Amino acid sequence: MALLDINHVDVIYQSEKSETEAVRDLTLSVDEGEFIALVGPSGCGKTTLLSMIAGLLSPTNGSITIDGKPIVASSGNVGYMLQRDNLFEWRTIENNVMLGLSVQKKLTPEARQYAVSMLEKYGLGDFKNAYPTELSGGMRQRAALIRTLAFKPRLLLLDEPFSAVDFQTRMTVCDDVHAIIKNEKKTALLVTHDISEAVSMADRIVVLTKRPATVKAVFTIDIDAPTPLKRRESPKFSYWFDRVWKEVTL
Amino acid sequence: MTRLPCRMSTSKTPRQKYLARRRNDKITTVILQIGLLFAMIGIWELAAKLDLIDPFITSCPSRIIKVLGTIELSDLFTHIAYTLIECIVGFIAASTLGILIAVLLWRFTKLRRVIEPYIVVLNALPKIALGPIIIIWVGAGAQAIIVMTILICIIVTVISVLSAFMSVDEGKILLMRSMGATRLQILFKLILPANIPALVNMLKINVGLAWVGTIMGEYLVSTAGLGYLIIYGSQVFKMDLVMASTVILCILATVMYLAVAGVEKFTKKKYRID
Repeated sequence: MALLDINHVDVIYQSEKSETEAVRDLTLSVDEGEFIALVGPSGCGKTTLLSMIAGLLSPTNGSITIDGKPIVASSGNVGYMLQRDNLFEWRTIENNVMLGLSVQKKLTPEARQYAVSMLEKYGLGDFKNAYPTELSGGMRQRAALIRTLAFKPRLLLLDEPFSAVDFQTRMTVCDDVHAIIKNEKKTALLVTHDISEAVSMADRIVVLTKRPATVKAVFTIDIDAPTPLKRRESPKFSYWFDRVWKEVTL
Repeated sequence: MTRLPCRMSTSKTPRQKYLARRRNDKITTVILQIGLLFAMIGIWELAAKLDLIDPFITSCPSRIIKVLGTIELSDLFTHIAYTLIECIVGFIAASTLGILIAVLLWRFTKLRRVIEPYIVVLNALPKIALGPIIIIWVGAGAQAIIVMTILICIIVTVISVLSAFMSVDEGKILLMRSMGATRLQILFKLILPANIPALVNMLKINVGLAWVGTIMGEYLVSTAGLGYLIIYGSQVFKMDLVMASTVILCILATVMYLAVAGVEKFTKKKYRID
Protein backbone atom coordinates (compact mmCIF):
# COMPACT_ATOMS: atom_id res chain seq x y z
CA MET A 1 0.00 0.00 0.00
CA ALA A 2 1.21 3.50 -0.81
CA LEU A 3 2.13 5.82 2.03
CA LEU A 4 0.24 8.81 0.62
CA ASP A 5 -2.86 8.47 -1.51
CA ILE A 6 -4.47 11.44 -3.22
CA ASN A 7 -7.73 10.30 -4.77
CA HIS A 8 -9.63 12.35 -7.36
CA VAL A 9 -9.21 15.57 -5.43
CA ASP A 10 -10.93 18.83 -6.43
CA VAL A 11 -10.40 22.15 -4.69
CA ILE A 12 -12.64 25.11 -5.33
CA TYR A 13 -11.90 28.37 -3.50
CA GLN A 14 -14.77 30.69 -2.70
CA SER A 15 -14.23 34.41 -2.50
CA GLU A 16 -16.49 37.45 -2.54
CA LYS A 17 -15.93 38.11 -6.22
CA SER A 18 -15.70 34.65 -7.72
CA GLU A 19 -15.13 30.95 -7.44
CA THR A 20 -11.66 29.66 -8.29
CA GLU A 21 -11.00 26.11 -9.26
CA ALA A 22 -7.48 25.45 -7.94
CA VAL A 23 -7.22 21.67 -8.31
CA ARG A 24 -9.23 19.36 -10.57
CA ASP A 25 -9.43 15.58 -10.32
CA LEU A 26 -5.89 15.10 -9.09
CA THR A 27 -4.77 11.57 -8.31
CA LEU A 28 -1.32 10.68 -7.08
CA SER A 29 0.24 8.14 -4.78
CA VAL A 30 3.60 8.21 -3.07
CA ASP A 31 5.39 5.12 -1.82
CA GLU A 32 7.43 4.84 1.35
CA GLY A 33 10.98 6.11 0.89
CA GLU A 34 10.30 7.89 -2.39
CA PHE A 35 11.51 11.40 -3.20
CA ILE A 36 8.93 13.08 -5.38
CA ALA A 37 9.22 16.50 -6.98
CA LEU A 38 6.14 18.45 -8.05
CA VAL A 39 6.82 20.96 -10.80
CA GLY A 40 4.44 23.18 -12.67
CA PRO A 41 3.83 26.74 -13.78
CA SER A 42 3.77 29.28 -10.97
CA GLY A 43 0.42 29.80 -9.32
CA CYS A 44 -0.77 26.37 -10.43
CA GLY A 45 -1.94 25.28 -7.01
CA LYS A 46 1.15 23.45 -5.75
CA THR A 47 1.02 25.17 -2.38
CA THR A 48 -2.72 24.43 -2.15
CA LEU A 49 -1.89 20.78 -2.62
CA LEU A 50 0.75 20.86 0.12
CA SER A 51 -1.63 22.63 2.53
CA MET A 52 -4.11 19.82 1.98
CA ILE A 53 -1.53 17.12 2.57
CA ALA A 54 -0.46 18.95 5.73
CA GLY A 55 -4.06 18.80 6.92
CA LEU A 56 -4.53 22.58 6.90
CA LEU A 57 -7.15 22.54 4.16
CA SER A 58 -9.81 19.99 3.20
CA PRO A 59 -10.43 19.08 -0.43
CA THR A 60 -13.79 20.06 -1.90
CA ASN A 61 -14.15 16.57 -3.35
CA GLY A 62 -12.06 13.42 -3.14
CA SER A 63 -9.87 12.13 -0.37
CA ILE A 64 -6.28 12.25 0.88
CA THR A 65 -4.99 9.52 3.15
CA ILE A 66 -1.75 8.57 4.86
CA ASP A 67 -1.47 4.84 5.57
CA GLY A 68 -5.12 4.64 4.58
CA LYS A 69 -6.19 7.11 7.28
CA PRO A 70 -7.48 10.66 6.69
CA ILE A 71 -4.99 13.42 7.48
CA VAL A 72 -5.06 15.37 10.76
CA ALA A 73 -2.49 18.13 11.33
CA SER A 74 -1.98 17.26 15.00
CA SER A 75 -1.10 13.64 14.27
CA GLY A 76 2.50 14.59 13.47
CA ASN A 77 2.45 12.35 10.42
CA VAL A 78 3.43 15.18 8.12
CA GLY A 79 6.37 17.55 8.50
CA TYR A 80 6.04 20.79 6.56
CA MET A 81 9.16 22.76 5.61
CA LEU A 82 8.41 26.20 4.25
CA GLN A 83 10.24 28.57 1.92
CA ARG A 84 11.84 30.44 4.75
CA ASP A 85 13.32 28.63 7.73
CA ASN A 86 10.97 30.39 10.18
CA LEU A 87 13.27 29.71 13.10
CA PHE A 88 12.13 31.56 16.23
CA GLU A 89 14.75 34.24 16.95
CA TRP A 90 14.17 34.11 20.72
CA ARG A 91 14.79 30.36 20.99
CA THR A 92 18.16 28.64 20.86
CA ILE A 93 18.72 26.21 18.01
CA GLU A 94 18.09 23.30 20.38
CA ASN A 95 14.81 24.80 21.57
CA ASN A 96 13.79 25.60 18.00
CA VAL A 97 14.31 21.98 17.07
CA MET A 98 12.11 20.91 20.01
CA LEU A 99 9.19 23.09 18.86
CA GLY A 100 7.22 20.36 17.07
CA LEU A 101 7.79 17.89 19.88
CA SER A 102 6.58 20.32 22.52
CA VAL A 103 3.53 21.35 20.45
CA GLN A 104 2.58 17.69 20.03
CA LYS A 105 3.37 17.00 23.71
CA LYS A 106 5.92 14.36 22.76
CA LEU A 107 8.90 15.97 24.47
CA THR A 108 10.16 12.87 26.27
CA PRO A 109 13.84 12.54 27.27
CA GLU A 110 14.25 9.99 24.44
CA ALA A 111 12.72 12.33 21.86
CA ARG A 112 14.94 15.19 23.07
CA GLN A 113 17.97 12.92 22.90
CA TYR A 114 17.06 11.91 19.34
CA ALA A 115 16.71 15.54 18.23
CA VAL A 116 20.01 16.53 19.82
CA SER A 117 21.75 13.55 18.22
CA MET A 118 20.42 14.72 14.83
CA LEU A 119 21.89 18.19 15.46
CA GLU A 120 25.23 16.60 16.30
CA LYS A 121 25.12 14.21 13.36
CA TYR A 122 24.50 16.98 10.86
CA GLY A 123 27.10 19.43 12.08
CA LEU A 124 25.06 21.68 14.35
CA GLY A 125 26.19 20.16 17.65
CA ASP A 126 28.33 23.18 18.48
CA PHE A 127 25.43 25.52 17.77
CA LYS A 128 22.87 23.92 20.09
CA ASN A 129 22.90 26.94 22.38
CA ALA A 130 23.35 29.52 19.63
CA TYR A 131 20.52 31.73 18.40
CA PRO A 132 19.32 31.64 14.76
CA THR A 133 20.91 35.01 13.94
CA GLU A 134 24.33 33.52 14.66
CA LEU A 135 23.94 30.87 11.93
CA SER A 136 24.55 31.06 8.19
CA GLY A 137 21.65 30.63 5.76
CA GLY A 138 22.64 27.05 5.00
CA MET A 139 22.91 26.10 8.67
CA ARG A 140 19.55 27.67 9.40
CA GLN A 141 17.93 25.62 6.67
CA ARG A 142 19.54 22.48 8.08
CA ALA A 143 18.24 23.36 11.55
CA ALA A 144 14.78 23.87 10.07
CA LEU A 145 14.94 20.43 8.47
CA ILE A 146 16.02 18.81 11.73
CA ARG A 147 13.15 20.62 13.50
CA THR A 148 10.81 18.97 10.97
CA LEU A 149 12.42 15.54 11.35
CA ALA A 150 12.57 15.70 15.17
CA PHE A 151 8.97 14.54 15.61
CA LYS A 152 9.54 11.71 13.11
CA PRO A 153 6.91 12.52 10.50
CA ARG A 154 6.03 9.78 7.99
CA LEU A 155 6.07 12.26 5.13
CA LEU A 156 8.08 15.43 4.54
CA LEU A 157 6.66 18.32 2.56
CA LEU A 158 9.22 20.75 1.16
CA ASP A 159 7.74 23.95 -0.25
CA GLU A 160 10.58 25.49 -2.30
CA PRO A 161 12.85 25.25 0.71
CA PHE A 162 15.86 26.60 -1.16
CA SER A 163 14.31 29.66 -2.77
CA ALA A 164 15.29 31.97 0.09
CA VAL A 165 19.01 31.07 0.18
CA ASP A 166 21.53 32.56 -2.23
CA PHE A 167 22.61 30.58 -5.27
CA GLN A 168 25.97 29.29 -4.02
CA THR A 169 24.60 28.14 -0.69
CA ARG A 170 21.67 26.64 -2.51
CA MET A 171 23.73 23.90 -4.18
CA THR A 172 25.30 22.76 -0.93
CA VAL A 173 22.07 23.06 1.08
CA CYS A 174 20.40 21.01 -1.62
CA ASP A 175 23.06 18.33 -1.19
CA ASP A 176 22.79 18.48 2.62
CA VAL A 177 19.02 18.19 2.67
CA HIS A 178 19.02 15.38 0.14
CA ALA A 179 21.67 13.49 2.13
CA ILE A 180 19.78 13.90 5.41
CA ILE A 181 16.47 12.79 3.89
CA LYS A 182 18.01 9.74 2.21
CA ASN A 183 20.05 8.92 5.30
CA GLU A 184 16.98 9.01 7.54
CA LYS A 185 15.05 7.03 4.91
CA LYS A 186 12.29 9.61 4.77
CA THR A 187 9.58 9.99 2.17
CA ALA A 188 9.60 13.48 0.71
CA LEU A 189 7.45 15.61 -1.53
CA LEU A 190 9.28 18.63 -2.93
CA VAL A 191 7.50 21.51 -4.59
CA THR A 192 9.69 23.62 -6.84
CA HIS A 193 9.63 25.73 -9.96
CA ASP A 194 13.32 25.02 -10.56
CA ILE A 195 13.45 22.07 -12.97
CA SER A 196 17.17 21.43 -12.49
CA GLU A 197 16.58 21.20 -8.76
CA ALA A 198 13.79 18.68 -9.32
CA VAL A 199 15.86 16.56 -11.71
CA SER A 200 18.87 16.61 -9.41
CA MET A 201 16.94 15.50 -6.31
CA ALA A 202 13.87 13.45 -7.16
CA ASP A 203 13.22 9.77 -7.88
CA ARG A 204 10.03 10.75 -9.62
CA ILE A 205 8.90 14.06 -11.09
CA VAL A 206 5.24 14.91 -11.30
CA VAL A 207 4.41 17.70 -13.76
CA LEU A 208 1.23 19.61 -13.00
CA THR A 209 -0.87 21.57 -15.48
CA LYS A 210 -1.68 25.22 -14.98
CA ARG A 211 -4.73 26.03 -12.86
CA PRO A 212 -6.85 24.03 -12.22
CA ALA A 213 -3.96 21.75 -11.38
CA THR A 214 -4.01 18.13 -12.35
CA VAL A 215 -1.28 15.60 -13.13
CA LYS A 216 0.07 16.16 -16.64
CA ALA A 217 2.95 13.71 -16.71
CA VAL A 218 5.04 11.56 -14.38
CA PHE A 219 8.72 10.81 -15.04
CA THR A 220 10.82 8.24 -13.22
CA ILE A 221 14.31 9.69 -13.13
CA ASP A 222 16.95 6.99 -13.61
CA ILE A 223 20.15 8.92 -12.93
CA ASP A 224 22.41 6.70 -10.90
CA ALA A 225 24.41 9.12 -8.78
CA PRO A 226 24.49 9.50 -4.98
CA THR A 227 24.10 13.26 -4.58
CA PRO A 228 22.31 16.09 -6.39
CA LEU A 229 25.65 17.67 -7.35
CA LYS A 230 26.87 14.39 -8.89
CA ARG A 231 23.54 14.00 -10.63
CA ARG A 232 24.00 17.40 -12.26
CA GLU A 233 27.25 16.11 -13.77
CA SER A 234 25.63 12.99 -15.25
CA PRO A 235 25.02 12.95 -19.04
CA LYS A 236 21.44 11.90 -18.41
CA PHE A 237 20.80 15.11 -16.48
CA SER A 238 20.30 17.32 -19.51
CA TYR A 239 18.15 14.69 -21.19
CA TRP A 240 15.74 14.65 -18.24
CA PHE A 241 15.93 18.40 -17.86
CA ASP A 242 14.81 18.82 -21.49
CA ARG A 243 11.99 16.33 -21.20
CA VAL A 244 10.59 17.85 -18.03
CA TRP A 245 11.09 21.39 -19.30
CA LYS A 246 9.20 20.63 -22.52
CA GLU A 247 6.38 19.09 -20.54
CA VAL A 248 6.13 22.10 -18.23
CA THR A 249 6.20 24.73 -20.97
CA LEU A 250 4.11 22.89 -23.56
CA MET B 1 68.59 46.64 11.67
CA THR B 2 65.31 47.42 9.96
CA ARG B 3 62.66 49.35 11.79
CA LEU B 4 59.54 47.33 12.25
CA PRO B 5 56.33 49.27 11.74
CA CYS B 6 55.26 48.48 15.27
CA ARG B 7 53.78 51.07 17.52
CA MET B 8 55.59 51.99 20.69
CA SER B 9 53.82 52.17 24.01
CA THR B 10 54.20 55.94 24.08
CA SER B 11 52.06 56.48 20.97
CA LYS B 12 48.54 55.08 20.96
CA THR B 13 47.09 52.69 18.41
CA PRO B 14 44.15 53.96 16.34
CA ARG B 15 41.89 51.72 18.41
CA GLN B 16 43.10 53.22 21.68
CA LYS B 17 42.74 56.71 20.25
CA TYR B 18 39.21 55.96 19.14
CA LEU B 19 38.25 54.57 22.55
CA ALA B 20 39.84 57.52 24.35
CA ARG B 21 37.99 59.96 22.12
CA ARG B 22 34.71 58.17 22.75
CA ARG B 23 35.27 58.21 26.52
CA ASN B 24 36.13 61.89 26.47
CA ASP B 25 33.05 62.59 24.42
CA LYS B 26 30.85 60.87 26.98
CA ILE B 27 32.47 62.64 29.92
CA THR B 28 32.14 66.11 28.38
CA THR B 29 28.49 65.42 27.53
CA VAL B 30 27.69 64.48 31.15
CA ILE B 31 29.63 67.49 32.48
CA LEU B 32 27.73 69.81 30.13
CA GLN B 33 24.39 68.25 31.11
CA ILE B 34 25.04 68.74 34.82
CA GLY B 35 26.50 72.18 34.15
CA LEU B 36 23.39 73.22 32.26
CA LEU B 37 21.20 72.18 35.20
CA PHE B 38 23.26 74.20 37.67
CA ALA B 39 23.42 77.16 35.28
CA MET B 40 19.63 77.21 34.97
CA ILE B 41 19.19 77.00 38.73
CA GLY B 42 21.84 79.67 39.25
CA ILE B 43 20.42 82.10 36.66
CA TRP B 44 16.91 81.59 38.03
CA GLU B 45 18.09 82.30 41.57
CA LEU B 46 20.26 85.23 40.52
CA ALA B 47 17.54 86.81 38.40
CA ALA B 48 15.18 86.63 41.36
CA LYS B 49 17.77 88.06 43.77
CA LEU B 50 18.55 90.95 41.37
CA ASP B 51 14.82 91.64 40.99
CA LEU B 52 14.95 90.94 37.25
CA ILE B 53 11.98 88.62 37.77
CA ASP B 54 9.34 88.64 40.44
CA PRO B 55 9.75 85.53 42.63
CA PHE B 56 6.15 85.90 43.73
CA ILE B 57 5.15 84.84 40.20
CA THR B 58 8.14 82.81 39.05
CA SER B 59 9.33 81.45 42.42
CA CYS B 60 13.05 80.64 42.75
CA PRO B 61 15.23 77.71 43.89
CA SER B 62 15.88 78.99 47.43
CA ARG B 63 12.14 79.61 47.99
CA ILE B 64 11.33 76.12 46.66
CA ILE B 65 13.71 74.59 49.19
CA LYS B 66 12.26 76.80 51.94
CA VAL B 67 8.69 75.81 51.17
CA LEU B 68 9.67 72.15 51.14
CA GLY B 69 11.11 72.71 54.60
CA THR B 70 7.87 74.17 55.89
CA ILE B 71 5.68 71.25 54.79
CA GLU B 72 5.51 68.52 57.39
CA LEU B 73 7.66 65.70 55.99
CA SER B 74 4.98 63.08 56.69
CA ASP B 75 2.45 65.30 54.89
CA LEU B 76 4.71 65.56 51.86
CA PHE B 77 5.19 61.80 51.77
CA THR B 78 1.43 61.28 52.00
CA HIS B 79 0.96 63.49 48.94
CA ILE B 80 3.73 61.71 47.06
CA ALA B 81 2.36 58.29 48.07
CA TYR B 82 -1.15 59.19 46.88
CA THR B 83 0.03 60.24 43.45
CA LEU B 84 2.53 57.42 43.10
CA ILE B 85 0.02 54.71 44.09
CA GLU B 86 -2.68 56.12 41.80
CA CYS B 87 -0.22 56.26 38.94
CA ILE B 88 1.27 52.78 39.45
CA VAL B 89 -2.08 51.07 40.04
CA GLY B 90 -3.52 52.75 36.95
CA PHE B 91 -0.44 51.88 34.90
CA ILE B 92 -0.41 48.21 35.90
CA ALA B 93 -4.19 47.79 35.57
CA ALA B 94 -4.28 49.49 32.15
CA SER B 95 -1.32 47.51 30.83
CA THR B 96 -2.61 44.08 31.95
CA LEU B 97 -6.22 44.78 30.97
CA GLY B 98 -5.07 46.19 27.64
CA ILE B 99 -3.00 43.09 26.86
CA LEU B 100 -5.86 40.79 27.91
CA ILE B 101 -8.33 42.62 25.67
CA ALA B 102 -5.82 42.54 22.79
CA VAL B 103 -5.41 38.76 23.28
CA LEU B 104 -9.20 38.27 23.19
CA LEU B 105 -9.55 40.43 20.07
CA TRP B 106 -6.68 38.52 18.42
CA ARG B 107 -8.26 35.19 19.28
CA PHE B 108 -11.84 35.98 18.27
CA THR B 109 -11.94 37.48 14.79
CA LYS B 110 -15.67 38.07 14.89
CA LEU B 111 -15.42 39.98 18.17
CA ARG B 112 -12.59 42.07 16.69
CA ARG B 113 -14.66 43.04 13.67
CA VAL B 114 -17.64 44.00 15.82
CA ILE B 115 -15.61 45.98 18.37
CA GLU B 116 -13.35 47.81 15.90
CA PRO B 117 -15.51 50.96 15.33
CA TYR B 118 -16.04 51.34 19.07
CA ILE B 119 -12.30 51.35 19.65
CA VAL B 120 -11.84 53.97 16.93
CA VAL B 121 -14.43 56.23 18.59
CA LEU B 122 -13.00 55.72 22.09
CA ASN B 123 -9.52 56.47 20.77
CA ALA B 124 -10.69 59.70 19.13
CA LEU B 125 -12.56 60.86 22.24
CA PRO B 126 -10.59 63.14 24.59
CA LYS B 127 -10.79 61.02 27.74
CA ILE B 128 -10.75 64.09 30.03
CA ALA B 129 -14.29 64.79 28.80
CA LEU B 130 -15.40 61.71 30.70
CA GLY B 131 -14.14 63.22 33.99
CA PRO B 132 -17.52 64.29 35.38
CA ILE B 133 -19.10 60.96 34.39
CA ILE B 134 -16.31 59.06 36.14
CA ILE B 135 -16.73 61.12 39.32
CA ILE B 136 -20.47 60.46 39.42
CA TRP B 137 -20.07 56.77 38.68
CA VAL B 138 -17.18 55.76 40.89
CA GLY B 139 -17.15 58.62 43.39
CA ALA B 140 -14.78 61.52 43.95
CA GLY B 141 -11.55 60.12 45.27
CA ALA B 142 -8.49 58.09 44.37
CA GLN B 143 -10.68 55.57 42.54
CA ALA B 144 -11.79 58.25 40.05
CA ILE B 145 -8.17 59.17 39.37
CA ILE B 146 -7.21 55.53 38.81
CA VAL B 147 -10.13 55.07 36.40
CA MET B 148 -9.04 58.21 34.52
CA THR B 149 -5.47 56.86 34.30
CA ILE B 150 -6.72 53.50 33.02
CA LEU B 151 -8.96 55.14 30.42
CA ILE B 152 -6.13 57.23 29.05
CA CYS B 153 -3.72 54.28 28.75
CA ILE B 154 -5.91 51.36 27.83
CA ILE B 155 -7.17 52.29 24.37
CA VAL B 156 -3.69 53.01 23.05
CA THR B 157 -2.48 49.79 24.66
CA VAL B 158 -5.16 47.67 22.99
CA ILE B 159 -4.57 49.25 19.59
CA SER B 160 -0.77 49.01 19.64
CA VAL B 161 -0.61 45.50 21.14
CA LEU B 162 -3.28 44.15 18.80
CA SER B 163 -1.54 45.52 15.74
CA ALA B 164 1.73 43.95 16.94
CA PHE B 165 -0.05 40.60 17.43
CA MET B 166 -1.57 40.79 13.95
CA SER B 167 1.76 41.48 12.28
CA VAL B 168 3.42 38.23 13.40
CA ASP B 169 4.88 36.41 10.38
CA GLU B 170 2.23 34.29 8.62
CA GLY B 171 4.89 31.69 7.78
CA LYS B 172 5.55 31.05 11.47
CA ILE B 173 1.83 30.66 12.17
CA LEU B 174 1.51 28.26 9.22
CA LEU B 175 4.47 26.28 10.54
CA MET B 176 2.86 25.92 13.95
CA ARG B 177 -0.49 24.97 12.46
CA SER B 178 1.18 22.31 10.33
CA MET B 179 2.59 20.84 13.55
CA GLY B 180 -0.96 20.68 14.84
CA ALA B 181 -0.67 23.57 17.31
CA THR B 182 -3.84 24.85 18.99
CA ARG B 183 -4.67 28.58 19.07
CA LEU B 184 -3.56 28.65 22.71
CA GLN B 185 -0.20 27.08 21.83
CA ILE B 186 0.24 29.58 19.00
CA LEU B 187 -0.48 32.37 21.50
CA PHE B 188 1.96 31.22 24.16
CA LYS B 189 4.74 29.80 22.01
CA LEU B 190 4.67 32.32 19.18
CA ILE B 191 2.52 35.45 19.48
CA LEU B 192 3.51 36.47 23.02
CA PRO B 193 7.27 35.73 22.87
CA ALA B 194 7.54 37.25 19.39
CA ASN B 195 6.02 40.45 20.77
CA ILE B 196 8.03 40.91 23.97
CA PRO B 197 9.79 43.95 22.44
CA ALA B 198 6.43 45.44 21.38
CA LEU B 199 4.98 44.83 24.85
CA VAL B 200 7.93 46.50 26.57
CA ASN B 201 7.67 49.43 24.18
CA MET B 202 3.99 49.69 25.08
CA LEU B 203 4.96 49.87 28.78
CA LYS B 204 7.30 52.74 27.98
CA ILE B 205 4.54 54.70 26.28
CA ASN B 206 2.12 53.87 29.11
CA VAL B 207 4.43 55.28 31.80
CA GLY B 208 4.14 58.71 30.23
CA LEU B 209 0.40 58.39 29.63
CA ALA B 210 -0.24 57.13 33.17
CA TRP B 211 1.28 60.31 34.60
CA VAL B 212 -0.90 62.43 32.31
CA GLY B 213 -3.95 60.50 33.51
CA THR B 214 -3.07 60.72 37.18
CA ILE B 215 -2.29 64.44 37.26
CA MET B 216 -5.30 65.29 35.11
CA GLY B 217 -7.43 63.17 37.43
CA GLU B 218 -6.01 64.98 40.45
CA TYR B 219 -6.73 68.36 38.87
CA LEU B 220 -10.35 67.32 38.49
CA VAL B 221 -10.94 65.69 41.84
CA SER B 222 -8.59 65.16 44.75
CA THR B 223 -7.87 65.97 48.36
CA ALA B 224 -4.27 64.80 48.30
CA GLY B 225 -1.47 64.20 45.86
CA LEU B 226 1.02 66.24 43.88
CA GLY B 227 -1.62 67.31 41.36
CA TYR B 228 -3.71 68.50 44.31
CA LEU B 229 -0.74 70.47 45.69
CA ILE B 230 -0.21 72.12 42.30
CA ILE B 231 -3.86 73.10 41.93
CA TYR B 232 -4.11 74.21 45.57
CA GLY B 233 -0.87 76.21 45.29
CA SER B 234 -2.05 78.01 42.17
CA GLN B 235 -5.43 78.82 43.73
CA VAL B 236 -3.89 80.42 46.80
CA PHE B 237 -1.14 81.89 44.61
CA LYS B 238 1.70 80.06 46.33
CA MET B 239 3.96 79.64 43.31
CA ASP B 240 6.70 78.17 45.49
CA LEU B 241 4.44 75.22 46.32
CA VAL B 242 3.46 74.78 42.66
CA MET B 243 7.08 74.75 41.56
CA ALA B 244 8.20 72.45 44.40
CA SER B 245 5.46 69.93 43.53
CA THR B 246 6.36 70.11 39.85
CA VAL B 247 10.01 69.40 40.63
CA ILE B 248 9.09 66.35 42.74
CA LEU B 249 6.74 65.15 39.98
CA CYS B 250 9.55 65.54 37.47
CA ILE B 251 11.85 63.37 39.57
CA LEU B 252 9.22 60.66 40.17
CA ALA B 253 8.24 60.43 36.51
CA THR B 254 11.89 60.15 35.51
CA VAL B 255 12.55 57.37 38.04
CA MET B 256 9.55 55.40 36.82
CA TYR B 257 10.58 55.87 33.19
CA LEU B 258 14.12 54.71 33.99
CA ALA B 259 12.72 51.62 35.72
CA VAL B 260 10.80 50.65 32.57
CA ALA B 261 13.82 51.49 30.41
CA GLY B 262 15.78 49.08 32.63
CA VAL B 263 13.22 46.36 31.95
CA GLU B 264 13.59 47.11 28.25
CA LYS B 265 17.37 46.80 28.39
CA PHE B 266 17.06 43.48 30.21
CA THR B 267 14.58 42.01 27.72
CA LYS B 268 16.63 43.24 24.79
CA LYS B 269 19.58 41.33 26.16
CA LYS B 270 17.49 38.25 26.90
CA TYR B 271 15.66 38.26 23.59
CA ARG B 272 18.70 39.28 21.60
CA ILE B 273 17.25 42.31 19.90
CA ASP B 274 19.61 44.95 18.59
